[in-house]
Amino acid sequence: MSYEIIGITVLWIFLYGYLIVASVDFGAGFFAYYAKVTKKDHIINQLISRYLSPVWEVTNVFFVFFFVGIVGFFPDSAYYYGTALLVPGSIAIILLAIRGSFYAFENYGSKQSNVYMFLYGATGLLIPASLSTALTLSEGGFIMEKDGVVSLKYLELFTSPYSWSVVFLAIVSVLFISATFLTFYAARANDTEALKLVRKYALFWATPTIIASLTTFIALGEHNRRHYSNMMDLWWVFGLSVGFFMIALALIYIGRYYGLAFISVMLQFFFAFFGYGASHLPYILDPYITIYEGATHESTGIALIVVFIAGLFLLIPSLIFLMKLFLFDADYVKGKK
Amino acid sequence: MEMDPVLMSRLLTALTLGFHIIFATLGVGVPLMISIAEFIGIKKKDPHYLMLARRWARGFVITVAIGVVTGTAIGLQLSLLWPNFMQIAGNVISLPLFMEVFAFFFEAIFLGIYLYTWDRFKKPYTHWFLSLPVIIGGGLSAVFITTVNAFMNTPEGFTTGANGFATINPIDAMLNPATPTKVFHVLSSAYVTVAAILATIAAFSLLKKKTSEYHKKALKLTVTLTFIFALLTALAGDFSAKFLAEHQPEKLAAAEWHFETEEGADLILFGWLNDDNVPAGVIRLPGLLSFLAHGDFTSEVTGLEEFPEEERPPLWIHYMFDLMVAIGMFLAAVSLLYIIISKVKKWNEHNKWLLRLLVLMGPLAMLAIEFGWIFAEEGRQPWILRGYMTVEEAATSSPHVGLMFILFLGLYTVLGVLCVVILRRMFRNSPVEEELEKKYPAIEKGDNK
Repeated sequence: MSYEIIGITVLWIFLYGYLIVASVDFGAGFFAYYAKVTKKDHIINQLISRYLSPVWEVTNVFFVFFFVGIVGFFPDSAYYYGTALLVPGSIAIILLAIRGSFYAFENYGSKQSNVYMFLYGATGLLIPASLSTALTLSEGGFIMEKDGVVSLKYLELFTSPYSWSVVFLAIVSVLFISATFLTFYAARANDTEALKLVRKYALFWATPTIIASLTTFIALGEHNRRHYSNMMDLWWVFGLSVGFFMIALALIYIGRYYGLAFISVMLQFFFAFFGYGASHLPYILDPYITIYEGATHESTGIALIVVFIAGLFLLIPSLIFLMKLFLFDADYVKGKK
Repeated sequence: MEMDPVLMSRLLTALTLGFHIIFATLGVGVPLMISIAEFIGIKKKDPHYLMLARRWARGFVITVAIGVVTGTAIGLQLSLLWPNFMQIAGNVISLPLFMEVFAFFFEAIFLGIYLYTWDRFKKPYTHWFLSLPVIIGGGLSAVFITTVNAFMNTPEGFTTGANGFATINPIDAMLNPATPTKVFHVLSSAYVTVAAILATIAAFSLLKKKTSEYHKKALKLTVTLTFIFALLTALAGDFSAKFLAEHQPEKLAAAEWHFETEEGADLILFGWLNDDNVPAGVIRLPGLLSFLAHGDFTSEVTGLEEFPEEERPPLWIHYMFDLMVAIGMFLAAVSLLYIIISKVKKWNEHNKWLLRLLVLMGPLAMLAIEFGWIFAEEGRQPWILRGYMTVEEAATSSPHVGLMFILFLGLYTVLGVLCVVILRRMFRNSPVEEELEKKYPAIEKGDNK
């Protein structure tokens, strides 16, 4: 395998990792706010903050990894995306900053403020919406280079059905992933009240998720024929994704094996995400950057891969340690520690 | 209103970094201080030190959060504001950037564990051990990111061909000539600054008539550490000057208003430049610049005249350099004064005037960090990648940077204000005396149980 393919695979794994852990976090923000508005916050907010407080920085780092990595492996992406995304990128940074500081200020800084709670919930939906736009742009047609000047065509972006379907898909997926995780976590904590509530959320958001997936699929067909037909060639990957979705839904419906249900959801998104990514290749930005022409020098690429592998040896044991302490320590989950 | 994208990009980067380095410095230094305090606490079985570690850690949670979000911001802004720079330099510096993220990831994981496991282990040393990866992770982040800045000053580790780079050796690039002295200087100054800030807090509490053992111990520990790290920083500063004299002479020459190459060059402190660019009103230390540059009072120091006018850094960095050095001296002197006074039985190291001087240390140290950083960046002008790419060539062409500047200014103002408000509330709502009594009831009753 060429180092370009390894590089993009590594990055895609990080982005997938971010997709899962960040969705849990973003969705939880929305649910926490929703529960507060509907006066059910006493049931689930304790549960949410117990899980999220220790891990939010780790979540954030997945994202940083991705964008540092993509600039490293494919420096041209800094030029095109960097120039075009100044405004949306800056807005995303500000949203992330508001959200990141929420944890510190709200959880450690005593009394709850309604404004911050609202921002916490709102950013939970706005951040995935704005970040998903980068994927929309990668399909081509929105970023233009003319006479050496790169610009973003806002009008096309805001009037494109594909662009909106991606935003919709991002938001409902976040809520679905998060709700299934919280269901598992509540079951683990033997918190029946919370379980009842979050399980209802999970069942509710399942339908929009699958509908949004289909809509996006169709809209992509209108927008980028090449990518669409590549996806069709990988139909079985998407078939697996739908299969795992059905399994997850069935398990949550019968109300057992919530852990397995969450793993199925992870697999559902794993196959969809990698199917999407594989069929996107060789383009990183259609038509300007491909993984072959846009890649960095081999020496840098290999150095990055070596560091990545060495880093994993360091991080995976540490992450397992973290999870053992907070995620799988039954007493901690139940709030006894 | 359309503003010059280059100027605005510089201002926005300066804004983000100027704000971020406050929290980055704390992020590197505080874990070491927490760890030292906890270690002494366990070793001496002294709850005061354990409480120090606990309270510092609690405050650290807030500052580290701001460090993370502003760090994310600058990470993205590198590409958003300097796309042409990243397109070229990304080929080389992505390796240390990638490693920096790993180091930070490592730090974040163990910080999360450390903060939430104070009473979860049977042996107290187990918890203390968790502080080590946090210190190492924080320190390594600083090392890796500093290699990037070093690379911008003395780029090496590549050869150029017709279309950009012909070959790249990213490890050589990381180990460029500027790296050793810069890394040493950044780490030691982060440690001295954090020690000084914590000393400020302790001295301030004592001034407010909170004359408890807790604050006295805190002061003694932090001022002693300030002194040690101030000496190390002075040493690092000396090495840095010698590095500059050899590899980046225009930066040293601009900082010292040293226009003509000469032997036995004088060190010039403060003053101003008259209309003919001649320094006036300065304090002259004969031969000291030669000594600073080469360790020899008679050696030759390259002057600014040897560089084309358009490649000279701005001359006002002289003040940044002098202020940084002056504050460094102040820190060493005041902390030494405290140590001497506390050794003499008859003297009271907690007298009002000494405490007032000690209170000044923290804020001044942080200012020195800012001055030193401005000196380092401005001293590289007009280059972003010395000898290869100017700042002007590197910036984005987007006309919206000015608006973004205003947005970020708002964001950092809110974050800064909230940080102070929350920290004050956090510590005011649980005074240390109350907390000590609750956590270690034996201490107030005289240890007779």
